[in-house]
Amino acid sequence: MSVFICPNCEYTYDEAAGHPREGWVGGTAFADIDPDWTCPDCGVREQVDFVPVEQFERNDQDGNIISAESRDKEGRP
Amino acid sequence: MTVEATVDGQLVQWRDSKRYLWIMGALIPLIPLSTWGLHALTGSSLAWWFGPFFLFVVVPLADMAAGLDRNNPPDELIEALEQDTYYRWITYLFIPLQIAGLIWAAYLLGGGSLPGIDGALSVVDKIGLATSVGIVAGIGINTAHELGHKKAEYERWFARAALAQTFYGHFYIEHNRGHHVRVATPIDPASSRLGETLWGFLPRTVWGSLTSAWGLEKKRFERQKKTHWTPKNDLLNAWAFSVVLWGGLMIAFGWQIFPYMVLQAAVGIWLLEAVNYLEHYGMKRQVLESGRPERVNPSHSWNSNNIGTNVLLYHLQRHSDHHANPTRRYQALRDFKDAPVLPTGYAGMIVLATFPPIWRKVMDPRVLSHYDGDVERANLQPRAAEKYRRRYGQVAA
Repeated sequence: MSVFICPNCEYTYDEAAGHPREGWVGGTAFADIDPDWTCPDCGVREQVDFVPVEQFERNDQDGNIISAESRDKEGRP
Repeated sequence: MTVEATVDGQLVQWRDSKRYLWIMGALIPLIPLSTWGLHALTGSSLAWWFGPFFLFVVVPLADMAAGLDRNNPPDELIEALEQDTYYRWITYLFIPLQIAGLIWAAYLLGGGSLPGIDGALSVVDKIGLATSVGIVAGIGINTAHELGHKKAEYERWFARAALAQTFYGHFYIEHNRGHHVRVATPIDPASSRLGETLWGFLPRTVWGSLTSAWGLEKKRFERQKKTHWTPKNDLLNAWAFSVVLWGGLMIAFGWQIFPYMVLQAAVGIWLLEAVNYLEHYGMKRQVLESGRPERVNPSHSWNSNNIGTNVLLYHLQRHSDHHANPTRRYQALRDFKDAPVLPTGYAGMIVLATFPPIWRKVMDPRVLSHYDGDVERANLQPRAAEKYRRRYGQVAA
């Protein structure tokens, strides 16, 4: 079970806990979540934009907009 | 008072020049009460109309006189600034004052009288007072907007309380999960299009936002495999605040206040949607090869650094930063040098938007120049598209 983080507001999705309010029961793998599911806190990043928490260095709030399309396979900008 | 932080052994300091001006925002709910004072002082019936006069005459003039504030907090201090709880208390204070002002006005609208008033208010006076109350209601939606974006659950409940007066509880769902996702695209009901008038935009945004909010909540409960007809539905529980507030006021002051309650809510909603209208007029995110629209960036919102409107609306006019970082608190929002700028503050721009020919004359050339004269890159109102293509021509590829 791993943890994924919103690159904008740093909301974290923990696969073990899920997010029942959003309809993801505990144990729901992040890969099984709809790609267009938006971050429940900021709303401006979608499932495809999230990164594994281990790969996360800092948020993109400085105005450097990092989109899923412009990231390489390792999730780096 | 200065904010400071130590970064790599270096002390960074910054003084917020607007720190104490932010209190002005919390004084807005005193407008209804001030109409009484003005009436008692002058004896004039015009006093009941002080709300719209303040917002559409006093604030635009103050914006012109006070000028711009381009000052940004340094990046290193954004976090420290956000954690200063002084700023959030100002937004919390708004709500009890807002509700107290509404109760007080409902007493007068229900036929009550006070020292300095000659008996009960006339119908015209009541319409004036309800309009003034509606101005507070609309700015209350802006307070709800600031709070509804925050991560703390209790701040999201405060947002519902601030929306109760206008029966607009669905706003904070639609705004956060609908508008922010689809902003500056043709499918967003709350992003106005080039060639669309304020009056044409109003029904589209009011109805579109309501149905979108309902759909968003329905979808959330579908994922849970539960019915959306439950008090846990954030639309229903937010509207419940309005039922309690409106119901309570009508029990206390008589059902006769109902038309005035509707009027003040309509004024508030109109004000909020007029602000929506000017925030993204004509802006369009280009579609990427993947079919997704490009990320929201600072070029997709209209901004203003006018001090007057900014302190009254909690930096809402630093709209590009707000859309880039929706959870960021108002005091930490920054001005982006290259972002599109309106000719004056939001308050003055609402006045212009009320008169579509003047609005078009001022804003259409700005949208066109933002897109290097290419009308096709703007979010073009389909019905007006041909006219715009004829007027502004096709740009050679």
